[in-house]
Amino acid sequence: MTQNQSEIRYLTPPTVEIKKKKYCRFKKNKIRYIDYKDPEFLKKFVNEQGKILPRRITGTSLKYQRKVAKAIKRARHLALLPYVTDMLK
Amino acid sequence: MVNHYETVFIATPVLSEIQMKETVEKFLGILKNGGAKIVHEENWGLKKLAYPIQKKSTGFYYLVEFAAEGELIRKLETEYRRDERIIRFLTFKMDKYAVEYSTKKRSKKEVKAEE
Repeated sequence: MTQNQSEIRYLTPPTVEIKKKKYCRFKKNKIRYIDYKDPEFLKKFVNEQGKILPRRITGTSLKYQRKVAKAIKRARHLALLPYVTDMLK
Repeated sequence: MVNHYETVFIATPVLSEIQMKETVEKFLGILKNGGAKIVHEENWGLKKLAYPIQKKSTGFYYLVEFAAEGELIRKLETEYRRDERIIRFLTFKMDKYAVEYSTKKRSKKEVKAEE
């Protein structure tokens, strides 16, 4: 009987906050190319100061993080995104 | 070897519309004379810059997509540097995904235009 109870407990694990797993949005949506001409999209990968967000926060895979970074830098060169600001969003 | 390229330039906002057209014509001429095949052009018009360039806060953006020999790029970029009307430029070599993306984007636009 006691064994039974413990088994039940085991089958329904205590619902501790389950962290939402991060995923790479490019892999998930099969985006192969990141356009530097679309500043609105690139704004998702920068903070309010216009800095590029790290992978640890966005969850982007390394392959695409490199591409994101390049695209953002190109957009900055063309004055589509600022190099430094405040209150971008 | 022929590659796909994409070039964006920003011209000064002081130009009149006719002068702007001349500038565009000049660079298209350079491309055509260099044996480039122009795939697509796009005029973004007067846009606000994210930060001032040469003390100007706006600029005319123009995009050209073309296929050409790599040698031509050097010529094009020297022309950009020589021309006072151009305040910023970027030439980008497109990989197959970029080409795919831009053709898809264009076809979408065409569908929209037809509707």
